[in-house]
Amino acid sequence: MTLVLNILVDGVAYGMVLFVMAVGLSITLGLMKFINLSHGAFAMAGGYAVSVLAGTHGWNFWVALVVAVIATGAFGALLETLVLRHLYRRPELQQVLFTIGLTFFLVATANAIFGPQVRNIPLPSILSGSLDLGFRTLPTQRAFVLLAGLAAAGLLTWTVARTRFGIWIRASVDHADAASGLGIPIRLVQCLSFGAGAALAGLGGVLGAELMPLEPYYPLKYLVLMLVVVAVGGMGSIPGSLCAALVLGIVDTASKYLVSEWGSLLFFVAMGLLLAWRPRGILNR
Amino acid sequence: MNPRSIRTLAIGASLACALICAPAAAQTVKVGIIGPFSGPFAHYGALFKAGAEAYVQAQGGKLAGQTVEFIYRDTGGPNPSQTKTLAQELIVKDKVDYLGGFVFTPNALAVAPLIEKSKTPTVIFNAATSGITEKSDYFIRTSYTLSQVTVPLAKWAADNKLSKVVTAVTDYGPGVDAEAAFKAAFSAKGGTVVESIRMPISTTDFAPFVQRIKASGAQAVYTFLPGGPPNLGFVKAYNDNGLAASGIRFLGTAETDEYDLDKFGDAALGLTTAFHYSAAHDSASNKAFIAALQKRDPAAVANYASVGAWDGLYVIHKMIEATKGKRDGAAAVAAARKLSWESPRGPVRIDDTTRHIVQNVYLRKVEKIDGKLANREVQNFGPQADQRTTAQ
Repeated sequence: MTLVLNILVDGVAYGMVLFVMAVGLSITLGLMKFINLSHGAFAMAGGYAVSVLAGTHGWNFWVALVVAVIATGAFGALLETLVLRHLYRRPELQQVLFTIGLTFFLVATANAIFGPQVRNIPLPSILSGSLDLGFRTLPTQRAFVLLAGLAAAGLLTWTVARTRFGIWIRASVDHADAASGLGIPIRLVQCLSFGAGAALAGLGGVLGAELMPLEPYYPLKYLVLMLVVVAVGGMGSIPGSLCAALVLGIVDTASKYLVSEWGSLLFFVAMGLLLAWRPRGILNR
Repeated sequence: MNPRSIRTLAIGASLACALICAPAAAQTVKVGIIGPFSGPFAHYGALFKAGAEAYVQAQGGKLAGQTVEFIYRDTGGPNPSQTKTLAQELIVKDKVDYLGGFVFTPNALAVAPLIEKSKTPTVIFNAATSGITEKSDYFIRTSYTLSQVTVPLAKWAADNKLSKVVTAVTDYGPGVDAEAAFKAAFSAKGGTVVESIRMPISTTDFAPFVQRIKASGAQAVYTFLPGGPPNLGFVKAYNDNGLAASGIRFLGTAETDEYDLDKFGDAALGLTTAFHYSAAHDSASNKAFIAALQKRDPAAVANYASVGAWDGLYVIHKMIEATKGKRDGAAAVAAARKLSWESPRGPVRIDDTTRHIVQNVYLRKVEKIDGKLANREVQNFGPQADQRTTAQ
């Protein structure tokens, strides 16, 4: 019984980290239909920003977090305006090649500026302890990620489904010319949504850093995990990504408790089965 | 004179100079250093470079009266075929007198047939698998082997009322070796390994493994992890999940190495490891080593990789001395086999048969010394040879 509870607690906590890392990608890849393999690089940018502001310059963690997320969003929006928007109508292969090239460029940049070693993100004291759950303890940071992930999921689902901006996004992706004819400022919508995706990546980079420590190779190392979550969750479906991240997190954790010598095998078997069962996303029939 | 003939003249002049200058260049002793200088392991290359160059600087820029020229070659990560090509180029084209470096075992193994043929003395600064030096008579090693540091730790654990230990190692070659060495030495002394956990190399979330360690009922966990993210992740999980608080001791080897140590923060306090080098080792020779490193680069890290290179250069220094700067691989290695000296890590010697370094292994505890995390040596296990034969 304790084993099952352990698997659930650790699995949900790990799944939430996966979700926070991947949710930004679900926006650019799913909603905007833009294959953005540089997502991990944006996550890394957010992480490094907090590490420099809070670690080197001694800023308050929360201030540093907000500034880093906004700065990563602005960086994404800037890149979108200058370069990436020209790729929207290009074939997927060119998008893949360009964004993976951008990732290599940012990996080398991070290596040149910060060196190859792991960088710490100093946590405020309120997040650095452990919570007592009765039968075991859970790191407070993990509990915070859980709440932050749920909040992000709720807020995003509401924005996309209920607000005018959400309608604009869906309209400009589905039919850009018609949307533009109806007076929707599609350039602004595209730029803002890409910026939001980058900002979420930055948030994930900071919150996920406890499990996926910051280093220059970060964008390439964890990209596969993020892509798996978005693919299993279904393109652009935020509840789907959340669900997929939780299922995969629990499967991976269970395999660590029960059959760790199999490595990541179960994680990818689960991915294969889920994709075979629901190719269009875990919540899409 | 038209531009074309000026160019011809210039080329001719530089060719002539090259011919005249060539005999002069042959006076210098050339040392090829092979290691990762780019990619995720580039810090090893930087540490090798720092240790080697600081040594030559500390000797006044010359070794045994000879000018030394370093030629660095980059292998990236574990890449035996490229390493072989690079070594061949160094030996044939650059005509190096000595080779040094090597972080990864497969890379070191790849050059064995080459150096055997060319009789090039090759000093391994890091690669830590026991059998490497058997593969060529020209290998000398100034690092350590896993069993060399693990066996004394296992014996100490058994002698200190730790009867039940769980092993948790990263599931790759060195991890499996470390697990085997610990198990053999620990059970020989009557201890019980209650569970052996192998953690996939791609693991990011260590919480499940740490919970399993907690549930195993062991008094201590022996662990082996590659440096960087896995190492940091495991120690973080060990603390966050209350293992330290519930009294399950941490037993490791290279985990608290100086390069990663300050990234742990206070989570590292109290971690117990057995290892051959600590930057906090209290000796004149270690102080001189650290001063030399910092003179070259104030931010330099003194750890097992830089001390491996420093001592490696000591061995090369003595080989140059013994051969008076002439190229004589056999005589050089014969001299190296007899060496014993005071290294920054303590008194060491080269074993005559294995050509591997014999050195003290220390039990250390992470403490704050002058506000900085350091590995304080609390017990000296005495001189240890590579214990492969006793461990397996």
